[in-house]
Amino acid sequence: MSRVSALLAGLLFGLGLLLSGMADPAKVLAFLDLAGAWDPSLALVMAAAIAVALPGFALAGRKQVSWLGLPMGLPAGRDIDRRLVGGSLLFGVGWGIAGICPGPALVLLPTGHWQAGLFVLAMLAGMVLYAGLEARRRRRSGN
Amino acid sequence: MTIDWSAFTPWSALAGGVLIGLSASLFILANGRIAGISGLLGSLLERTGDGLLDKALFVSGLLLAPLLWTVVVGAPEARFESGWPALLLAGLMVGIGTRYGAGCTSGHGVCGLARLSPRSLVATLVFMTAGFLSTYVLRHLIGGGL
Repeated sequence: MSRVSALLAGLLFGLGLLLSGMADPAKVLAFLDLAGAWDPSLALVMAAAIAVALPGFALAGRKQVSWLGLPMGLPAGRDIDRRLVGGSLLFGVGWGIAGICPGPALVLLPTGHWQAGLFVLAMLAGMVLYAGLEARRRRRSGN
Repeated sequence: MTIDWSAFTPWSALAGGVLIGLSASLFILANGRIAGISGLLGSLLERTGDGLLDKALFVSGLLLAPLLWTVVVGAPEARFESGWPALLLAGLMVGIGTRYGAGCTSGHGVCGLARLSPRSLVATLVFMTAGFLSTYVLRHLIGGGL
């Protein structure tokens, strides 16, 4: 059953990105370009998504296990540190260059545009690079 | 700032946001998982954590969405403004940055803000500001993008 809900959640997420216009890099850039002809649409996407998810997460926070009996995997981290700020900064600059973040990148992939393929390859390479650097850092610090 | 009213699509934006919010709620309530795309991808790439099959199925659903959309609505609008050097650089930055910052627009921006996490609020403010600034620099200072 958890397989079905995971697939359905992914499908809903992807359809949401498509319907909202988030999967169109030009529309995302039109939102990020405050000094140009500004398209405020994406602010509404986030506002609606957060408003709908608020009660869901409030309910999840009070539960030990999920509806399907799985452990509730809510993030435990609370640190506001250099990693959080530096990583988010790097991500934000990359997002502003091409107008693509990870969800839309995956949704764009099956559309067959070479740009989507190249972006996803570079993004995955970045993630693998991060994993390698992290593994090396852990070995050096001995934990 | 000039608002481009002709490009503003409030109803589809709100409706799309509702679907994203429903998806995030379903994934946390049914599967106990955060619908953060960079986190899911990172976990799959590193083969760490449990429930890898569920995570792979969420990603599969994301990849199926444009196929279903094409059948029912037609080819999704996807206008790319960047050349290959910009796409390469942007992809690398998004890949490394989202892993270091432990989240992206979905994990911090939607799920994190919806669970009122101060950490996610900081992350979201930082990446939104950085996004606004880099677009400004590329379009208005350098001109024409990369």
